[in-house]
Amino acid sequence: MSEEPIRPQGRSEDVLRLVLPIILLGLGILVWELIVRLKGIPPYILPAPSLVFATLISDWPLLSESLAVTLVTTLEGFVLALIGGVGLALLFNLSRLVEYSLYPYAVILQVTPVVAIAPLLLIYLPQQGAVLACAWIVAFFPVLANTTLGLNSVDHNLVDLFRLYGASRTQVLWRLKLPSALPYILGGLKIAGGLSLIGAVVAEIAAGAAGAGSGLAYRISESGYRLNIPRMFAALVLLSVVGILIYFALSFLSHLMLRRWHESAVSREA
Amino acid sequence: MSTTAATDCAVSLRAVGKSYANGVVALDQLDLDVRPGEFVSLLGPSGCGKSTALRILAGLSEPTSGAVIWPRPDAPRGEREIGFVFQEPTLMPWATVAGNVRLPLDLQGIDAATAAPRVTAALARVGLADFADVYPRELSGGMKMRVSIARALVTESTLLLMDEPFAALDEITRFKLNDDLLSLWENLRKTVVFVTHSVFESVYLSSRIVVMTPRPGRVFTEFAIDASYPRDQRFRTSAEYGVLCRRASEALAAAAKAKSDATP
Repeated sequence: MSEEPIRPQGRSEDVLRLVLPIILLGLGILVWELIVRLKGIPPYILPAPSLVFATLISDWPLLSESLAVTLVTTLEGFVLALIGGVGLALLFNLSRLVEYSLYPYAVILQVTPVVAIAPLLLIYLPQQGAVLACAWIVAFFPVLANTTLGLNSVDHNLVDLFRLYGASRTQVLWRLKLPSALPYILGGLKIAGGLSLIGAVVAEIAAGAAGAGSGLAYRISESGYRLNIPRMFAALVLLSVVGILIYFALSFLSHLMLRRWHESAVSREA
Repeated sequence: MSTTAATDCAVSLRAVGKSYANGVVALDQLDLDVRPGEFVSLLGPSGCGKSTALRILAGLSEPTSGAVIWPRPDAPRGEREIGFVFQEPTLMPWATVAGNVRLPLDLQGIDAATAAPRVTAALARVGLADFADVYPRELSGGMKMRVSIARALVTESTLLLMDEPFAALDEITRFKLNDDLLSLWENLRKTVVFVTHSVFESVYLSSRIVVMTPRPGRVFTEFAIDASYPRDQRFRTSAEYGVLCRRASEALAAAAKAKSDATP
């Protein structure tokens, strides 16, 4: 048996994983542009990518304002989901009684479609509060479920070891349970990031129908009514970009926190 | 045996019984005296309750009947401190080798500056001085087990409990770790209770072997291994070693037979 440590190695496949989707995107946009031009499709049915891009620039003052509103809602929903999900999971972990009492309601909140809840929330809450509540409702459950799983997946021998050395409850929590659960929590956050955006968008659409709002989703429905299809696409592109950025930011965070020790983040020699 | 006899022991088990809710009786009327400075092996087939006995010694499991007797029950915590080595390395994957070894000190609230030299010393003793900043997943199975041993040494407790620590390792690594463990034991004057199902390992390491019968776990017989230390490759290939191994094997076989005679 060799006693040499195994050092993780980088790989060049990463380049392909980045370049291939971008090439495909470029091709898709090109085909789209050509079809619109050759067939002479009017912009109120399908705008060419070049027109969408031009609209994005010309409408930027309006769109950027909406983008900021949606971003803030998403971020707030995400942070609340993180606090609520992890906090509730910790509470469940400390007390079985609390877990048995509350978990079914967490599930009910999750399985009831948020589109159906949003109009109700808009009646009882101020608009911004309702949008935030929707973002939170859809985003907190994956954090809760994953953190609960993580906290229950602690190595039993390590639990014994901590007991043997007289660890306090707080020490077990901070030094054992939370680090053990970290990969699961980060997995939950990756899902929650996208979902908080979805929650915010759904609530904005519902609120928009009620005649108020200024987020990106509201812009989309408003542009729809006005048959301003290029702006609809421009807002949609922005939403998509936000979603992608959230996903990458959270993946990067996860990678930073796990790269030294967790199997999921350590690259191996092929 | 009277309870007063326990005072010159490192720790004793008196008439310890352990049964589980599902009706399995793991231990029954188990008496065991661990003398200061000895290397005692609990030898027995799988399921004879030897690991359970070790867990009860460590306080990780409560006996259903009987008692664990410490020579000075009112002694400060430090004197009853135990180093425990599990069958698996049981390392925290998110902490470096040094972080893992420092854990018992961290949990006692010892500050980093005081802990650092002790961690370095413990790592040097197991030959891992250069690997302090490496993460466990980068280590081989044998090295992980060394980290686990360093962690058990860092508190400078006198009693070291080991639960089949080398069972999952290949033979070459196991022989090397056996030798290293023996020299640690001789240099540091620890008391070691070593659980194993390997006759050869128990004879090579121990100053005394306690053979246990399975279901319920009980002491069948015990005998001293008088061969002098330090023991090395020469001992492992000597005629004396062969004789002792045969004796231990026969005791183990007799223990199994006594069991099957008792329950036809």
